[in-house]
Amino acid sequence: MAPTILLGQAGDSQILAADNFWTESASKFGSAFIAILVFLAVIGLLIFFADKAPKRGRDVVQLLLFVGPALLLLSVGLVWPAIQTTIQSFQSDDGAFVGVDNFVTIFQEPAGQIVLRNTLVWTILVPLLSTSIGLAYAVFIDKSRGEKLLKSLVFMPMAISFVGASIIWGFVYEYRAEAFPQIGFLNQILLWLGLQPQQFIASAPANTIFLIIVMVWIQTGFAMVILSAAIKSVPTELIEASALDGASAFQRFRNITIPWIRGSLVVVVTTITIATLKVFDIVRTMTGGQFNTSVVANEMYSRAFRLGQPAIGAALAVVLFVLVLPIVIYNVRVLRKQKEIR
Amino acid sequence: MTAVIDPKAPSEHLPLGDPKAKRVKTRLTSRGATIGAIIIAVLWTIPTFGLFISSFRPEDKISNTGWWTILSNWGVTLDNYQTVLFESGASSANLGSYFVNSLVITIPATIFPLVLALMAAYAFAWIPFRGSSWLFVIVFALQIVPLQMALIPLLRIFNSPLLDISGSFTAVWVAHTIFALPLGIFLLHNFISEIPRDIVEAARVDGANHAQIFRRVILPLSLPAIASLGIFQFLWVWNDLLIALVFSGGSVNVAPLTQRLAEFAGSRGSDWEVLTAAAFVSIIVPLIVFFSLQRYFVRGLLAGSTKG
Repeated sequence: MAPTILLGQAGDSQILAADNFWTESASKFGSAFIAILVFLAVIGLLIFFADKAPKRGRDVVQLLLFVGPALLLLSVGLVWPAIQTTIQSFQSDDGAFVGVDNFVTIFQEPAGQIVLRNTLVWTILVPLLSTSIGLAYAVFIDKSRGEKLLKSLVFMPMAISFVGASIIWGFVYEYRAEAFPQIGFLNQILLWLGLQPQQFIASAPANTIFLIIVMVWIQTGFAMVILSAAIKSVPTELIEASALDGASAFQRFRNITIPWIRGSLVVVVTTITIATLKVFDIVRTMTGGQFNTSVVANEMYSRAFRLGQPAIGAALAVVLFVLVLPIVIYNVRVLRKQKEIR
Repeated sequence: MTAVIDPKAPSEHLPLGDPKAKRVKTRLTSRGATIGAIIIAVLWTIPTFGLFISSFRPEDKISNTGWWTILSNWGVTLDNYQTVLFESGASSANLGSYFVNSLVITIPATIFPLVLALMAAYAFAWIPFRGSSWLFVIVFALQIVPLQMALIPLLRIFNSPLLDISGSFTAVWVAHTIFALPLGIFLLHNFISEIPRDIVEAARVDGANHAQIFRRVILPLSLPAIASLGIFQFLWVWNDLLIALVFSGGSVNVAPLTQRLAEFAGSRGSDWEVLTAAAFVSIIVPLIVFFSLQRYFVRGLLAGSTKG
């Protein structure tokens, strides 16, 4: 923006822009409204026809009308693309079959190895830290006064977008050269402790840890809420009985609470692991994958949509799928078992 | 993910404010636990608090003094919000427009998949047909496909001359709808299939067909599940960055807040008077949803935590 712009002009363009803003917004909301109306009208028509279907084969027609739209969208928008991506991962960018070359590239080039290493560090640290801090917090505040408020404080980051969280933490990590006053809180703490300010985001390999902290900050609330519910399901008689037997708080926690909530612990760990494997927004917003911080999901996006390497991008998507697959299956099986028990 | 939306035992899954816990108020925690809890609570709150305070400080104060010194470097202003929301120009934030985009994206992208998933879930649960169960298993299994697997070909489909919708609201709506379906169908099916058979049979005996049963019986009885899933989907779409980046085209006409914010973090990463206010503009809607609908939010979150 030109700072020398004339006052009158600036005012005029401001008003003009404001005018534009309202007309444009109205037209955007209008199109959304029309889209919803059209959609509901189509659905209404489908159901109307389902009503009026001829007696013969009525069930089949009704079935098609009910389940058809969803199945059509899923096959065109998810199944077919996933097959395409898998095929593309074995091709070069111009469509020639190259076998596993793309995967070899990912695993061999130094950049790819850093991506895989970072992903591994993420998937170990985030579930571990989030779950243990979440569990500790859930135990600490259990049955305490103001439990609801205390829960809200730690749970709140779950509602914030990864992008918003990245900016919040970017501000915590902000670095100023030593001669200037620090405006990032973490560097100020270092100063108070008599240490040098650090460039947390720019210095590899520790910067990955500082990105991971953002994810831990978000996921801890999730772990805490689920584990807190599980802790409350531990029968009071059990706890009281062991207290009478003279077990200490820690012994009760280890020997009664932990075994009782084991199922929930597994669900929390696997769920957070899956979310972590797919983490994209944090890396994208905080570093864009620079400074050796990229992970598989971010690298997939960069290669496919920024660097014009769709084949490598497709291969990375397949790698992500293969990494997620066993954990999801395990997660679902545990959940099923839990449901049967209940 | 699965066990949560369950009509028979809703109260077991309201971890916030469990009445039983209040009744049995035997404090088993010690002083150490209290201190631990306070430390964690403070650590978790300070980052947001610091950003919030800073968003009201004038530019020269933000960039030269830490927010924790606000009392000795006093200065409060709404200019930052004024700037990010309403100032126009190529390099200004223009968040007002992006805020509108976020709403315009999120509302239809919540309604479309909910309606479609509800219909499909009803069909899977109450319209008997051959192959119903294996088809349902396939839909269920689609949850394991990360959306990264679909991005490149789907963009190609949207770009094809036949559709040519890439970079429009339609593209973003359709993409969000598709990716929400497997989980939506699965969860709503869990709920709908547990509606007592007697109720559905009674309606059928009275001569109601599937369309009528769907409208008069299933829809009203499924409202709790619809609310949870709806809130989760709303927040998921509002907070999404990846789908927006790939399908919105990034212009001020379509792109949502998250995309603009991410762009800003890259291009004006040290203009904290802009970034702090911008971040809060994007956070405020999910926070309102969070604090007003916390119960449903928890359920929806539990339900959808493996999505994407």
